[in-house]
Amino acid sequence: MKPILEVRDLSIEAGPKAHPIPLVQDVSFSVAEGSTLAIVGESGCGKSVTAMALMRILPEPAVRISEGEIRFCDEDLVAAPERRMQEIRGNIISMIFQDPIASLNPIQTIGDQIIEVIRTHQSISKREARKRAIALLQSVRLPDAEKRINYYPHRLSGGMCQRVMIAMAMAGSPRVIIADEPTTALDTTVQAQVMALLRKAQTETGTAIILITHNLATAAESAKDVAVMYAGRIIEYGPVREVFIAPAHPYTQGLLGAIPDNADGDGEIAKLTEISGNVPRPGTLPQGCAFEPRCKSAQPQCRQQRPELTMSGARKVACFFPNAELAAQ
Amino acid sequence: MIERESLIRRYCHSTTGVIGLVILAFVVVMAAFGPIIYPVDPWAMVARPLQWPLIDTDAPLGSDILGRDVLSGLVNGARVSLIIGVSATAAAVAIGVTIGALSGYFRGIMDDILMRLTEVFQTIPNFLFVIVLVAVFSPSVFTISAAIAVVSWPPVARLVRGQFLTLRQRAFVESCVVVGMSTPRIIFTQILPNCIAPVIVTSSIMVATAILIEAGLSFLGLGDPNMMSWGAMIGFGRQSLRTAWYLTLIPGVAIQLTVLSISFVGEALNDALNPRLG
Repeated sequence: MKPILEVRDLSIEAGPKAHPIPLVQDVSFSVAEGSTLAIVGESGCGKSVTAMALMRILPEPAVRISEGEIRFCDEDLVAAPERRMQEIRGNIISMIFQDPIASLNPIQTIGDQIIEVIRTHQSISKREARKRAIALLQSVRLPDAEKRINYYPHRLSGGMCQRVMIAMAMAGSPRVIIADEPTTALDTTVQAQVMALLRKAQTETGTAIILITHNLATAAESAKDVAVMYAGRIIEYGPVREVFIAPAHPYTQGLLGAIPDNADGDGEIAKLTEISGNVPRPGTLPQGCAFEPRCKSAQPQCRQQRPELTMSGARKVACFFPNAELAAQ
Repeated sequence: MIERESLIRRYCHSTTGVIGLVILAFVVVMAAFGPIIYPVDPWAMVARPLQWPLIDTDAPLGSDILGRDVLSGLVNGARVSLIIGVSATAAAVAIGVTIGALSGYFRGIMDDILMRLTEVFQTIPNFLFVIVLVAVFSPSVFTISAAIAVVSWPPVARLVRGQFLTLRQRAFVESCVVVGMSTPRIIFTQILPNCIAPVIVTSSIMVATAILIEAGLSFLGLGDPNMMSWGAMIGFGRQSLRTAWYLTLIPGVAIQLTVLSISFVGEALNDALNPRLG
């Protein structure tokens, strides 16, 4: 399928222009219509900054895009003027945030907020916008939508607020939705409902979803492709099944090894592996592979040279010594 | 906004707030209808000079040194005081909110310039600045209101700036950005309604201050010479303070009660609009 949004060599830096601190480096990925790309990684690996860059809502000039392209159709969003970005936000790319309650204006009814969003992009009457708002709330399965449209956010639960946020994100029928940890603030049962809702919206409208999460299970369940980020770079990128079943990069292996897995049903959980050490802070990256200090299979070469993201089977890996099993194939 | 019914109910929790509102309502009615119900010219000499209150039916609250009716002065003065208090505050709030919103939302150089400007205004003593402004432009209700507005906007600007600085960091403002809302729209429909409560409270205090400044100006003889105001009445009564002290006491009490009632209302509004106390 043809990619709808394509990111090429995106780099983001912060701090003074003379001595910039790189936050994200040479990140490339693409997402096709109707499919989902998950970006996973630990806190501070640059996944949220990447999402903000796609929307061009970085707190410029303190944090800025230093290089790269964000291609939507034939347009480079990095070079787009702010006025054009306002048209794009909501209409073409929309975003769902982590904390749904904080993402709603506390002194406006949810109906008014959705109507406001609808009328930002379409010049229709208040009455029509209201009808559409009710339809949107029904489509995200908010019970009693006609009554609840007049509620203030504090009368709704976190899960309901997230439904409202999804309705708002869908209001402009966007082609791409960026969901930044959409379920992190919710209960486990509600998480599954919200993810199901996103998938439903996706099949109905053909929207592409970029799912940013540190929850590997959510990623495995919903995404077609996955990009694993570490210290501002993508270190493994490929179809989600392949990457999760046979992780090639030692970091991905470590991440997957740290999840309790009882799928076999033998009642015994294997001892969880851990990744020793911490994520290096931006600006203090080692010269070689960023993961080398924490890597069990590190070699002298890893310290001197940084591995590039190279094709390895159906996926890309940035490691000199990826999983031996995979190399044998 | 917060739901209306609960706002009224919460306001009524405060006894002083209710008392203040009653007094204020009385003053407002007096200002609005007084001159119609009691159509005596405050400048006309209608009774014997220096008549004590409750003696002469021509001047129920007594007469001043020229035989002018004190009650008529009181009724007409309420108009001047309230008009100046409200219009000066409205103008000051408009200036303050605009400057505060701009510097709080855009930050950076815009913030630096506007805040230095605000500080310049804050360092000049308010009352002296008003006197200078009124002396330069001839005194009238309009120029006095404008002068009071010019000196009293800085606190509003600082308050609104602070509110904007915190509110624009909130997730709901960011989520308005990501749905493509324009900056003016975010400012007016999202952030401004959220910081209106403290502005209402501050402006109630500002009305009281504006009334006091106007009274001070009139007392010094710098008020509008064509309008009878409470401050002017105190000024006229000053010469006979020892023999006819009621001439200063009556308008003085009127100013006191009005300012006090506005303060009460402001305080009660502060509690009613603060959701954490609800």
